[in-house]
Amino acid sequence: MSDLRHGIRDICQAHGNDPSRMMDIVQTVQVRYGCVGDEAIDLIATTVSTPRVRVASLVSFYAFFSSRPRGQVVIRLCNDIIDRMHGSARSARAFFDDLGITFGQTTPDGLISLESVPCIGLSDQAPAALINDVPVTYLTSDAAHDIVMQLRAHMDPQKLVKSFGDGNNAHPLVRSVVRNNIRLPGPIIFSRGVRGEAIRKALGMSPAEVIRTVKTARLRGRGGAGFPTGMKWEFCRSADGARKFVVCNADEGEPGTFKDRVLLTERADRLFAGMTIAGYAIGAGEGMLYLRGEYAYLRAFLEDVLTTRRRDHLLGVAILGKKGFDFDIRIQMGAGAYVCGEETALISSCEGLRGDPKTRPPFPAQKGYLGFPTVVNNVETLCCVPKILEEGPATFGGHGSPGSSGTKLLSISGDCLRPGIYEVEFGIALNEVLKLAGADDAIAVQVGGPSGQLIGPKDYARKICFDDLATGGSIMTFGPGRDVLKTAACFMDFFVDESCGYCTPCRVGNVLLKERLERIRSGRGEPGDLDYLQRLGTTVKTASRCGLGQTSANPILTSLANFRPRYEAVVKANKDGFNSSFDVRAAVSEAEGIAGHSSVIYPQATEER
Amino acid sequence: MSDRVTLTIDNVQLPGRPGQTILEAADEAGIYIPRLCHLKGLQPFGSCRVCTVLVNGRPQAACTQPISQGMVIESSTEQVREIRKDLIDMLFVEGNHFCMFCEKSGNCELQAMAYRFGITAPRYPYMFPSRAIDASHPDIMIDHNRCIRCARCVRASRDLDGKEVFGFVNRGPHKELAVNAAARLVDTNVDVTDQAIDVCPVGAILKKRTAYAVPIGRRKYDHTPIGSEIEGARSQ
Repeated sequence: MSDLRHGIRDICQAHGNDPSRMMDIVQTVQVRYGCVGDEAIDLIATTVSTPRVRVASLVSFYAFFSSRPRGQVVIRLCNDIIDRMHGSARSARAFFDDLGITFGQTTPDGLISLESVPCIGLSDQAPAALINDVPVTYLTSDAAHDIVMQLRAHMDPQKLVKSFGDGNNAHPLVRSVVRNNIRLPGPIIFSRGVRGEAIRKALGMSPAEVIRTVKTARLRGRGGAGFPTGMKWEFCRSADGARKFVVCNADEGEPGTFKDRVLLTERADRLFAGMTIAGYAIGAGEGMLYLRGEYAYLRAFLEDVLTTRRRDHLLGVAILGKKGFDFDIRIQMGAGAYVCGEETALISSCEGLRGDPKTRPPFPAQKGYLGFPTVVNNVETLCCVPKILEEGPATFGGHGSPGSSGTKLLSISGDCLRPGIYEVEFGIALNEVLKLAGADDAIAVQVGGPSGQLIGPKDYARKICFDDLATGGSIMTFGPGRDVLKTAACFMDFFVDESCGYCTPCRVGNVLLKERLERIRSGRGEPGDLDYLQRLGTTVKTASRCGLGQTSANPILTSLANFRPRYEAVVKANKDGFNSSFDVRAAVSEAEGIAGHSSVIYPQATEER
Repeated sequence: MSDRVTLTIDNVQLPGRPGQTILEAADEAGIYIPRLCHLKGLQPFGSCRVCTVLVNGRPQAACTQPISQGMVIESSTEQVREIRKDLIDMLFVEGNHFCMFCEKSGNCELQAMAYRFGITAPRYPYMFPSRAIDASHPDIMIDHNRCIRCARCVRASRDLDGKEVFGFVNRGPHKELAVNAAARLVDTNVDVTDQAIDVCPVGAILKKRTAYAVPIGRRKYDHTPIGSEIEGARSQ
């Protein structure tokens, strides 16, 4: 009891009793005590002098926090469609059998918990799971049995790792089984560079010249929306603020995306160089890397890269001897919330709040983190920046297509021979991409993840670029025999789970969309349901407050547009005149029980499905 | 920067001042844009989305979107009305709203909004959630069945009463109103005279022993639809 009191006092103190560090405080309490219960919430609130309900709000928001005790080891099995296609149900069954529990439960001895979680960034080596922070990949039922047996013996997830992946996955601070799967290295992201060179060049220019260089290269945000990076920096530079911030969005949560995982593993130095150059350009002294909780296994390694950079004067006071340019970076951990990939929700999370998006305007470049002008850039975007400084904007702009300069990283997974990371020139046709990955026979491709679009063969000649098939990089391929309705249903589950619940259309509309899609899938749908989905989906898309809600109906809207015959094949008007969703047998069953005989008007024999 | 801007709502030109939101400028001009979470005197929140308008063709919440010179706004077009009806329907089916015996009936903004839009029954299936009632406080009760997550009480308690009695917990469809105590309202520093208790648009926060005091026929929305007070200013 008093251990909790002292422990929480120390944890809060270690974070300066600062409520804006609430994510770290709660995270530390969660790891040390296995939960953040009522008493812990009270103690935290009292210690940092913040209303209790704010702490409770944060704890209840993030999937990695729990107010009820969790096991010493938490197994998080990925429930993404790609993992399901690769047989995650068999691994799940093995875990159920061996542990005697199902998802959301903890073993009676309180040691092991089992959870079902959305994409953990390992679709190229599915089925995958996180065991505490430790990723395990290519799961089978045998592997699951073995994991439980080992955990019961030593309760140390790291001991499950018997061999290491390539590159820095084998680094002493990573020691992970994860593979990079870099299938096609390209000329920008995966080319060699000289460490420190880009920063040296940038510091030889004025900040305005750096911004002009990035603008000349026509660099656009790689997260999917494609906002011109130089323009964003310029807005932030010209905004008034006593402090300014550079935030790198490493909350890669779009199902099917895993490029940031590889960049953080293999290009961390380049990423931090990009952040430092951004800091110089906008006049910021502080940077934050918002690292998704699922990538916690990379944290120690990334901290080490930062330490080395400080030692080499690439971070800290007077970087590379440039007086007046002080810049440092800290890592902010996320805790399992897809919506935090939305830049204003990400800022809320950095501020120690639940991950609700903020009202815009004001935009982050004017009023961001703690009210100060803030630039939020994607990992891949920042990784492009050093190359632009090193080789000049013309070389960068020479790659790709006119409206989309440079290269794009694609994370390809699903039914293909070579899942992994591909650095392609912008403007490449999708069928070229499918050929590279060995997915020539795809019947459908999800471009841009669930928030993107599901397209069929008639669109495979379209080009990957901002003006045609815009994508943050997730490409999921579906081979012959796959069911697009099942895919859409899986994605709707995802959005229902990941909505923050702030606005009506996203909070309620996605549940309604899911309900009607399930009705159709179960064979009880009527022709009118297709218009119903279209209308409801359009309202959710139009009226939602942030990018999550504005795209959450896409699995249904794009599959309706591109695979309508699949829907039409399963909806039908009911012959008996009843609404198809009305189950007459269920309706009369209670009366039958009372009467002691079956209905005369609706006997079981005439039941039709 | 000029201290006047001109904008157009449904082909009506109106003046506004820089810094105003679309909703504020419309209110001053006697044009009613339906809203539920917004309340004058509270920080705009933008959660219900009922005030959605099209600004130069793009959807925006009128309660949070600042005006600018030359904005062309669609508010009572068929397309926008249908979106609003959808949102009102969603709020009804998401909770458990039984107008026929609700203490707030006749004074409820959600009910009044449905009447204004001619909604007699929602087009979406009811979800019939299981939600709690907190009657722990001697003078105030919370019926979570009726909460529409508008955060008026949250904002009023924080910004007007200088307390923080209310907040939200959980996310997505499970997001719900919570109080600044482990469980019960009575364990907070709420007072029945708090402004937070008066701002609820629906019957989720009620003062005890005040129900049904006003007879049918003399309730707020018995004779004039919601929004009349704003539209009335225009005809004068």
